[in-house]
Amino acid sequence: MFNTASTTPEKILQMLSALLLFAAVMGVILFIAGRFGGKKGDRIVAYLYLLPVLLLLAVGLVYPGLRTIYQSFFDAAGDAFIGFDNYGTIFSDADQLTVLRNTVFWVVLTPFVATAIGLVYAILVDKSRFESFAKTLIFLPMSISFVAAGVIWKFMYEYRPDQGNVKQIGLINQVIVWLGGKPVQLLIESPLNSFLLIVVMIWIQAGFAMTILSAAIKAIPDDIIEAARLDGVNAWSMFRKITLPSVQPTVVVVLTTIGIGTLKVFDIVRTMTGGNFETSVVANEFYRQTFNADNQGLGAALATLLFVLVIPIVWYNIRSLRQSEER
Amino acid sequence: MTAATPLTTTPPLVADQPTAAKIAKKRLSSPWASLAAIVLAVLWTLPTFGLLVSSFRPERAIKTTGWWTFFSNPTLTLENYRGVFGGDGSVNLASFFVNSLIICIPSVLIPVSLAALAAYAFAWMNFPGKNVLFLVIFALQIVPLQVTLIPLLEIFVNVKLTGTFWTLWLSHSTFALPLAIYLLHNFMREIPSGLIEAARVDGAGHVSIFFKVLLPLLTPALAAFGIFQFLWVWNDLLVALVFAGGGDEVAPITLQLANLSGTRGTAWQLLSAGAFVSIIVPVTVFLLLQRYFVRGLLAGSVKG
Amino acid sequence: MFGQPTSPRIRAAFAGTLSAGLIFGLAACGGDDSDSAADTNASASAIDCAPYTKFGDIKGKTVTIYTGIVTPEDKPHIDSYKPFESCTGATIKYEGDKSFETQILVRARAGNPPDLAIVPQPGLVKQLVTTGKAVAAPQEVSDNVDKFWDKAWKGYTTIDGKFYGAPLGASVKSLVWYSPSEFKDSGYTVPTTLAELQALSDKMVADGKKPWCAGIASGDATGWPVTDWMEDMMLRTAGPEKYDDWVGHKIPFNGPEATAALDAVGGYLKNDKYVNGGLGDVKSIATTTFQDAGLQIIEGACSLHRQASFYAANFDKDTKVAEDGDVFAFYLPGPDANTKPVLGAGEFVVAFADRPEVKAFQTYLSSDVWANTKAKLSSGWVTANKGLDPNNLTNPIDKLAGTILLDPKATFRFDGSDQMPAAVGSDAFWKQSTAWITGQDTATTLNNIEKAWPK
Repeated sequence: MFNTASTTPEKILQMLSALLLFAAVMGVILFIAGRFGGKKGDRIVAYLYLLPVLLLLAVGLVYPGLRTIYQSFFDAAGDAFIGFDNYGTIFSDADQLTVLRNTVFWVVLTPFVATAIGLVYAILVDKSRFESFAKTLIFLPMSISFVAAGVIWKFMYEYRPDQGNVKQIGLINQVIVWLGGKPVQLLIESPLNSFLLIVVMIWIQAGFAMTILSAAIKAIPDDIIEAARLDGVNAWSMFRKITLPSVQPTVVVVLTTIGIGTLKVFDIVRTMTGGNFETSVVANEFYRQTFNADNQGLGAALATLLFVLVIPIVWYNIRSLRQSEER
Repeated sequence: MTAATPLTTTPPLVADQPTAAKIAKKRLSSPWASLAAIVLAVLWTLPTFGLLVSSFRPERAIKTTGWWTFFSNPTLTLENYRGVFGGDGSVNLASFFVNSLIICIPSVLIPVSLAALAAYAFAWMNFPGKNVLFLVIFALQIVPLQVTLIPLLEIFVNVKLTGTFWTLWLSHSTFALPLAIYLLHNFMREIPSGLIEAARVDGAGHVSIFFKVLLPLLTPALAAFGIFQFLWVWNDLLVALVFAGGGDEVAPITLQLANLSGTRGTAWQLLSAGAFVSIIVPVTVFLLLQRYFVRGLLAGSVKG
Repeated sequence: MFGQPTSPRIRAAFAGTLSAGLIFGLAACGGDDSDSAADTNASASAIDCAPYTKFGDIKGKTVTIYTGIVTPEDKPHIDSYKPFESCTGATIKYEGDKSFETQILVRARAGNPPDLAIVPQPGLVKQLVTTGKAVAAPQEVSDNVDKFWDKAWKGYTTIDGKFYGAPLGASVKSLVWYSPSEFKDSGYTVPTTLAELQALSDKMVADGKKPWCAGIASGDATGWPVTDWMEDMMLRTAGPEKYDDWVGHKIPFNGPEATAALDAVGGYLKNDKYVNGGLGDVKSIATTTFQDAGLQIIEGACSLHRQASFYAANFDKDTKVAEDGDVFAFYLPGPDANTKPVLGAGEFVVAFADRPEVKAFQTYLSSDVWANTKAKLSSGWVTANKGLDPNNLTNPIDKLAGTILLDPKATFRFDGSDQMPAAVGSDAFWKQSTAWITGQDTATTLNNIEKAWPK
């Protein structure tokens, strides 16, 4: 059961036995939980429900996370303790400061723009005749791997010079040429290039925002809407006073999820510019230092910085959680 | 507000009644609104459309002219797709396809069930350390996958699981948990507490509340998260490479597609065709489950 | 959701396999898996089993080999193992992965390495040895390398006096691609000295052309083609000895020799009159992928493109790569006609296990028997193994590369960035070169790289 399965029936058998084993574990947990009733049993049941999750997380994420923080105080080879030197490098080196600046661009722009577009689009296509089709179009980029996304956007941003019979391959430059302009080397000009890469991320994430927000919009209770309608509320106030407050908790969830995802993203940068031309972000820098430059210490410090950067997002979530509890 | 929602049935699909959005749209329903929607849809589809067209163009044409010239000078070839499906004999997509499915199914079911239990505990139970634990789990979303590779692989080597699907099931499940718990917790909190209280007054324990009251309301929400998790696992390459190795026994289809571009990554034409092949499954899943999906998230927001 | 890395360092690809593989490979190995056994039977019957019997009975044993060589170049590799498999009864399990270079380190560090790995850089071999998981090569392999390879090759993987990996394939980087028909029509001749190369470029400018095309974009490995240019110039302006000192950091990275070399590169790549044929101005070099750059020769927009022999793979199958074809390459000339420095690269087999079957297979891979078997099976591959019969090489560019590699007058030097510490060789050198192309001056560029050298 724990060996490498090589034929298809063996693989399926292994999968089924794994699922059975899992079901058995869940069964035991639920059986024990069922023994405890009432408020007194709460604690035991709660810990029981959390037990498998905490075990997996402790081994799979907490331990590696702590190990990374520990490593961030060591040098490139991981041998000598160097205190906060790696962090000093991040905040003093000119290149690293550009990296920080870009990361701020990414984290501020991507979640808000993607969510806004997702929300507007969800409202616009709601209940229209082609809703399902229209939503699939926006969802499509979600299901595309980053490698494929890189290829797709190459056909958008590629540059060919304005000479002889050379033809443009990238659509954007072609449009510029059609409009009578000269082709631009889109991915070299900083900070324009960072924004162009952010566009790719927004393109991918808008589908996530749209899907979830669309569902939230559909769930707004009819009585509220009816009442508002009777009051003769206009479209803008309807959006501002009814739609937005109703989906606000969902908006927070979407912003948070996309925000964290954006902090971690590096594939787009890596495949499209390799982090050159001042486009690198923290996650890409982490990958580069760890795997290309073999600087384990600095890589770990950059990963730790990602933990730190997520704190504002955590803080914002606690606040809105508290607010919703007070309501 | 909507305590009238039936206890044990899924919330009714919004029928053809006016919704806020509908009214907003009606009021906005100038040609401008429709135009905006169409413009967005076109902008979003255009890049992918370019890829689709490119995947049918010959290699030389892809490298020297833009895909839009296809319309003035159409040259169509299936060569690229033939290349993806093993025109040269060395690619056998079928067995990788099976591997992908074998990897995906448990990697979706396990974290979704575990996260549902945990989210329930966080949303509806009181226990010491609840807030701190929730925050820690929330913050764990940010741990870059890459830092876990070596520590986890060491563990898998020690328990002799390398080269098996177990490594993938366990690691995918673990990585999915923080986000799953965060999202499901949010959905659960939106369920009117009156429902739970009523059930408790009737003497129901946690197990029966979970199964009889919450699960019917949440099943669609679980399915919704399941679909996203499916997408992410389906498109994963890193975890599969590191923990299971790239051998035929365990490697997913993404490995084969990544390798398609050749040792030197020159084959745009194969990549564009390969990208389309890899999109098919996720899009099919989305189309088939879209209705269900919308209902799932609906359940999470009834409180309004 | 937010993506997984896929192929971090495409460079793996270039270093070793000197191949016209993608195109020729497709043509050469047209059969499917089922009949591949049949087409290798001929060569299988030819090999002598004696060298491997002394490792004992290894029938039924398995050796795993992990490489960065993927479709379609993997097939000739797998097929070339069959004679060994059929004579010893052992099984070779091949695993190709485009992100080999990072994954091999992860696996080695975590204690889950393969039996053998095909490593394209001496620098990476060093890193693997540092993990403590690599094992030294057996005596039989060492003997084979002494017999069949120039002794410089053994030095690349000898670390602290221990020899770790036998070379496998090799490649030639000192090549300039051109269009034979254009040369014929315009009356150009292949230059034999650096001065002649410059004169030729100027003549082309006078003819109203932008002679050179270049591209250095390559994902996160962007910049590497500049490092090759600079190494080639270093070999020519400072000489092989200074080159070795520079690679080994015995002289500073930003010394006068290096400055002269990079400025010499600038004479071509940062010269607005020379570049970038069909692609734009100097800056366009930074965003053009190295794969696309040389294609301008076919378009007639560019005349000269400096790139290794594996570049043949980038031309589509309607393009004839031959001395009398659409496109071919000449040796990037030395300072004078008699000095022939050659920049090249290669790949090495590193072992992580010393079981008898692993040793036996290592021995096979380091033999002339394997080199000839592989040469016959693959098109677009060459090796510096002296046991190779050049007649077994099938296509013109392989023959050219083979001739250059085996030329006793040539001075071969291994790609410098592949031997430097990772912080330089696969990071600062690439990044700074890219910045240099987009406008940074030579002094700043070299100073920044020097600063990145690990103390």
